[in-house]
Amino acid sequence: MATQHSRSAARLMMAPAVILLLGWMLVPLSMTVLFSFKKYLPMRGGDLGWVGFDNYVRFVSSSAFWPSVQATLLIVGGVLLITVVLGVVLALLLDQPMWGQGIVRILVIAPFFVMPTVSALVWKNMFMDPVNGLLAHVWKFFGAAPVEWLSQASMQSIILIVSWQWLPFATLILLTAVQSLDSEQLEAAEMDGAPVFKRFWYIILPHLARAITVVVLIQTIFLLSIFAEIFVTTQGSFGTKTLTYLIFQRVLESQNVGLGSAGGVYAIILANIVAIFLMRIVGKNLDA
Amino acid sequence: MGSITLSKVTKSFGEAQVIPPLDLEINDGEFVVFVGPSGCGKSTLLRLIAGLEDVSSGEISIDGVDATSLAPAKRKLAMVFQSYALYPHMSVKKNIAFPLKMAGMDPAEQEKRIANAAKVLNLTDYIDRRPGQLSGGQRQRVAIGRAIVREPEAFLFDEPLSNLDAALRVNMRAEISELHQQLATTMIYVTHDQVEAMTMADKIVVLRAGHIEQVGSPLELYERPRNLFVAGFIGSPKMNLISGAEAAKHDAATIGIRPEHITLSKESGTWAGKVGLAEHLGSDTFSRIHSDELGEITVRTIGDFAIKHGDTVYMTPDMSKLHRFDADGLAIR
Amino acid sequence: MARAVTNQRKTINTILAWAVGLLIFFPILWTILTSFKTEAQAISDPPVFLFFDWTLENYAVVQERSNYMRFLWNSVLIAGGSTLLGVIIAVPAAWSMAFVPSKRTKDILLWMLSTKMLPAVGVLYPIYLIFIKFGILDSRIGLIIVLMLINLPIIIWMLYTYFKEIPGEILEAARMDGATLKEEILYVLTPMAIPGIASTILLNFILAWNEAFWTLNLTAAKAAPLTAFIASYSSPEGLFYAKLSAASTMAIAPILILGWFSQKQLVRGLTFGAVK
Repeated sequence: MATQHSRSAARLMMAPAVILLLGWMLVPLSMTVLFSFKKYLPMRGGDLGWVGFDNYVRFVSSSAFWPSVQATLLIVGGVLLITVVLGVVLALLLDQPMWGQGIVRILVIAPFFVMPTVSALVWKNMFMDPVNGLLAHVWKFFGAAPVEWLSQASMQSIILIVSWQWLPFATLILLTAVQSLDSEQLEAAEMDGAPVFKRFWYIILPHLARAITVVVLIQTIFLLSIFAEIFVTTQGSFGTKTLTYLIFQRVLESQNVGLGSAGGVYAIILANIVAIFLMRIVGKNLDA
Repeated sequence: MGSITLSKVTKSFGEAQVIPPLDLEINDGEFVVFVGPSGCGKSTLLRLIAGLEDVSSGEISIDGVDATSLAPAKRKLAMVFQSYALYPHMSVKKNIAFPLKMAGMDPAEQEKRIANAAKVLNLTDYIDRRPGQLSGGQRQRVAIGRAIVREPEAFLFDEPLSNLDAALRVNMRAEISELHQQLATTMIYVTHDQVEAMTMADKIVVLRAGHIEQVGSPLELYERPRNLFVAGFIGSPKMNLISGAEAAKHDAATIGIRPEHITLSKESGTWAGKVGLAEHLGSDTFSRIHSDELGEITVRTIGDFAIKHGDTVYMTPDMSKLHRFDADGLAIR
Repeated sequence: MARAVTNQRKTINTILAWAVGLLIFFPILWTILTSFKTEAQAISDPPVFLFFDWTLENYAVVQERSNYMRFLWNSVLIAGGSTLLGVIIAVPAAWSMAFVPSKRTKDILLWMLSTKMLPAVGVLYPIYLIFIKFGILDSRIGLIIVLMLINLPIIIWMLYTYFKEIPGEILEAARMDGATLKEEILYVLTPMAIPGIASTILLNFILAWNEAFWTLNLTAAKAAPLTAFIASYSSPEGLFYAKLSAASTMAIAPILILGWFSQKQLVRGLTFGAVK
């Protein structure tokens, strides 16, 4: 509902954003695709000509490829599961009447403000260090042998660190959604004789569906590309090499741009598969 | 000074044609009401005149000048919206001043006009409040104030009273009518309420599905409805419409008689029937009477008429006020 | 809650919620506490919690070793610049999508969001080359542009959801009142959307502040923000807990304080306008 005039104005005003994002997407992307068909070693001769699909074949046949895809999906999935489940529990808890709700909320949000490099460093050294880390002290206190977290339980450790960073986000979104639930609906259900668990399952959870979608969408966007946490803690060793990190190593550490670019194309394809999947859900869920 | 002419104006949204080709003449200083059931295109028509929507084809001219592709701001029209559309972050004064500020008017002149509008609309005491702190009626007046300070060629009202309660609506109706008397500026007023149309308009435009069903003064529409739709839409309670054998007696497919043009009697009359419901208002009595031949007939009697449910009564229509319609629903004159 | 709750239940809730809150906050608290310890106390066994000799020496050492203020200033400029630039570009775009929607509006919005999913590492080298070509490697302006681009979809999305809550009739009223498009956006839309815009700015400022892929890979000495400052402590100085803690505290303190002060807007922003 608008006039021709405002429609053309709208197109004009959208243009800068669209053009910038289109450029941001297409220019580097086409360069990456170009490089992926070349043997390109910046430190050892630079552009050494076309090699067809060699890089793609090499990247996939490298023993590190499938484990890296697996590690990526494991981290994303693990963090999503933990943050959503704990987020729902925490949101329900924080919604209850209590003293000092504001302060508790501040405490819970805090990890979101901590930059990933800091949280990775702090967790790695001060908590997960097998000699001086706080967790080691706790284990010793209970008479157990300290765990070498980042080597023996590397994946769990990374998931723990990342979950800690994202739990506040999930909790807050879910809390906002819980607060918007009409309490009369719950009371009606109670009058109808629904026990606590059923009230949660049939009323609260469906009400949270949209919020959970948002949490999953936004976290996935950020989690697919986590970098600093791995860069600072394990440097990709002990099975924590994600696709992002593998490509990073190919490009910067082994200075093989062609191979890294082929990996980049794979990463883009993976991201797009996830994106299409997510957009389907979100597109449907965000209309309501 | 404020004449508006629409010629062969159409509007389509995608495939759907909301306004089929339409011609309309609005004279300077006239109070014109667009009336019709919801979805009849009356608001769209107003928005086309305002310039908030483009016409799909045809021409709109204001004061003889083609305004078809002119931006809303350039048409010298002021609009009062259904939701009032006040700027919530500005005080009443700033709201009223906004169009003047946009026109780059000299501040002293602005002050003068705002003070004047505030006085006319009884807003002086609230001038520094925000819209959120005002009642519905006050907001409505601010919206009108914002429209009048510009001294536009014409005012456009889009169902301005529909968000007010019944008592306030009657007051505001009077205020808007009075304003029209004072300013003598063209006003176009959209409503679905035929009472508003009848009480305020110089000229009523009855719309259905984008078509103009009839244009005329309130009394013309009341006395000489052009077709069944207008006959049924204008007047409250509605005109009784009777078809079948009784209509055939008058060489018509349907005959119509308004409730106030039937006389009731307990002894004798043209038609007999049983009282279904009688509403005694003191000033009038509305009765719904069931007749086997005619169906439900509504009758309005001035003063009180002592009947109750189940009584047998006789009705006598005033034959000079009888309306006859042909098979296509058009009035037979 | 419409119902009165017994004090007993409220007490249990309070204890539980505080316990969870403190547990989540603990790593940050521990870092701040450790930053005031001596290196020996920082690794003492068993650990000391509050009863130690408080000292500021770690902060002095960290400041002396790396010029904290310069990193801080870079962070402020980069995060602030990219957010502001993003908002300036996003406001007109969000206006268009919210008030002049077409059949493609939703597709465009989802497409924009999907550019966020583009794995940064996939385009790292091309960006690196482009930066060298334009001579903006290790420059603040380069980072401002990149961070603006990666946050732009989120800024647009958030503003779009906030704008959609504003009734279109008010903007039409402004149009009737003779406002040009610029005036309509500047005098009517923007003031009405201030809370939403504030939330958007805050959240994106924090996202830009904490961004740690591009800031680490595209800067060296000159334009390095606090993410790089802290990364330089990753090894082997990481073993000096007290100094690491001091540096960490210095890196997160500004954003933590900002976040706490603007909690209300931020919570609104954190939901990305998508949950009410």
